[in-house]
Amino acid sequence: MDNLFIYILRIADCSLILGQRMSEWCSKGPTLEEDIALSNIGLDLFGQANGFYEYASKIDGNKSADELAFKRNEREFFNYQISEQKNGHFGTTMVRNFLRDAFKYLFYNELSKSKDETLAALASKSIKEVKYHLRHSSNWIIRLGDGTNESNEKVQKSLDFLWQFTGEFFEMDEIDNKMLQEGIGVDNKKLKNEWNKIIIDTLNKGKLNKPEDGYMASGSKKGIHTEHLGFLLAEMQYLPRAYPDAKW
Amino acid sequence: MTEKATVWEVFIQTKNGLAHKHVGNVHAADKIMALENARDLYTRRNEGSCIWVVKSSEIISSESEDSEAFFDPSNDKMYRHPTFYTMPDGAKHI
Amino acid sequence: MNEKNFQEKIEKEQKIEPKDWMPDGYRNHLIRQMSQHAHSEVIGMQPEGNWITRAPSLRAKMILLAKVQDEAGHGLYLYSACETLGISREELVQQLHDEKAKYSSIFNYPTLTWADMGAIGWLVDGAAIVNQVSLQRTSYGPYSRAMIKICKEESFHQRQGYEIMAEMAKGTAEQKAMAQDALNRFWWPSIMMFGPQDSESPRSGNAMKWKIKRQTNDELRQNFIDKTVGQAEVIGLTIPDPDLKWNEERGHYDFGEMDWDEFWNVVNGNGPCNQQRLDHHKKAHEDGAWVRKAAREYAKKNTIN
Repeated sequence: MDNLFIYILRIADCSLILGQRMSEWCSKGPTLEEDIALSNIGLDLFGQANGFYEYASKIDGNKSADELAFKRNEREFFNYQISEQKNGHFGTTMVRNFLRDAFKYLFYNELSKSKDETLAALASKSIKEVKYHLRHSSNWIIRLGDGTNESNEKVQKSLDFLWQFTGEFFEMDEIDNKMLQEGIGVDNKKLKNEWNKIIIDTLNKGKLNKPEDGYMASGSKKGIHTEHLGFLLAEMQYLPRAYPDAKW
Repeated sequence: MTEKATVWEVFIQTKNGLAHKHVGNVHAADKIMALENARDLYTRRNEGSCIWVVKSSEIISSESEDSEAFFDPSNDKMYRHPTFYTMPDGAKHI
Repeated sequence: MNEKNFQEKIEKEQKIEPKDWMPDGYRNHLIRQMSQHAHSEVIGMQPEGNWITRAPSLRAKMILLAKVQDEAGHGLYLYSACETLGISREELVQQLHDEKAKYSSIFNYPTLTWADMGAIGWLVDGAAIVNQVSLQRTSYGPYSRAMIKICKEESFHQRQGYEIMAEMAKGTAEQKAMAQDALNRFWWPSIMMFGPQDSESPRSGNAMKWKIKRQTNDELRQNFIDKTVGQAEVIGLTIPDPDLKWNEERGHYDFGEMDWDEFWNVVNGNGPCNQQRLDHHKKAHEDGAWVRKAAREYAKKNTIN
């Protein structure tokens, strides 16, 4: 398959899968105001996914954006494993989003300089949204980290668990390298210093400890996932798969 | 009730040049959260260019029973309005 | 004297504002009605929220999430308006949890298929809009302002529901059957949303006199039915009421007898989902307690509040 096509799918999948997780929060938020905030993030992510899928669909020429989202199997999804991690409690969701928002913010900043004009435009639109998401998740990390003993312990535990999924952000495979050489893609390795700075700064403000880099999960670039993704897709794709002839 | 949130009044400026207008309230523990909650609730349809939030408890309102004393005295001071004055026929731009 | 001034203001179509004198009965009626309205918006998130993760296209997903989010927003507008009467949102939510405050019974029915998203948008939101349009002219200022804002935002809700129904009605045989089934299940509960018939509604008297309510239950219900019959015809679905027919003389549709036993059963807590809806709301509230507490503690410690 076309390198660019895969490269775009990876970006789109991350947004779709995390958006799906965010939409699970609807009617379950800790306050009604926060419920609305979480839905807003979900809507931004679905919008991003849609934009990137549309572009992928144009390159592919066979499958529509919806088919890309609803008719691929577990092993054909390339989102970072962190996006599919379960919401858990509110603190876990905020840690997951914070680690990912900080990365995506830096990533889209770089991608907005891509030689590929469509990608650059999609990235520029996404930066504004992710900047707000990062602000939102960082503020919660600080509040929960520096709130009560209970909240600090809870968030630290979520952080210690989710840390293993941050290694994937900075991996580069053949496709990434090709895209980088062609001036289309981003050098993820280069983003790590800046990412570390954002993370450390916020964790310090929240009186939280940055976990040591230990075992790091890997594999999403080859469609390897945690078990959670299968269930997420089964639920999300149920209607188009149960009624393949129907239009909605 | 131990768990009372702080209530903030929200004022939105819909575009530059216009005055901020009261739109309702949000609950939030701190001012940053108040501003973000106001953004997420009251500007979902692109209605904002600037947001003010202020703690509801900080707003001082005139009382309904004082309204006659407050507002009626200005009723009979028509000389504050331009229509009070008689202009000679033919005078323009005044 | 106060009472007379108050009623005069009402007659002159002047709005009552939070600081104005008002009879206790007026205040209590408003708190009851507005909080019930707010709770309905919030509990109403659940039956549709049930399908967000299963919406069949990216477009449908975004629309449904935005719509349910609007309901949260509208709940907030209404809580905010209700708070001007001197009662806190926490107290109102406590009343909901203690089952002292009610919400619209329609949300105690389950959403079984995707077509129910269509039926809810088209019928349930359609009925709600008829009621809300009327309430824009309610006598209490903050309530009226909230209604105006809500009506403006809700105008897309009914359309998205009707669009789903229309798409399905012209889709595969299975889809059309699903759409008809959803209409069958939601029709009667929807027209019962307007509440008991005028002859049976004990509080309507004062509410009309105080101009909190501007039209009676039966007037609103008739208005909704008259609007909806033609919409069903356009998309080729059948309203499940054999007695439904145009009455030339009245200039309205006649319709069949509603099942009030079922209505009261659901109002009194025995609907298919009453327990589930309330438990869901309580669980979210309890699960969020540590978060709200942490935020309060953080604000105290850091004097950024």
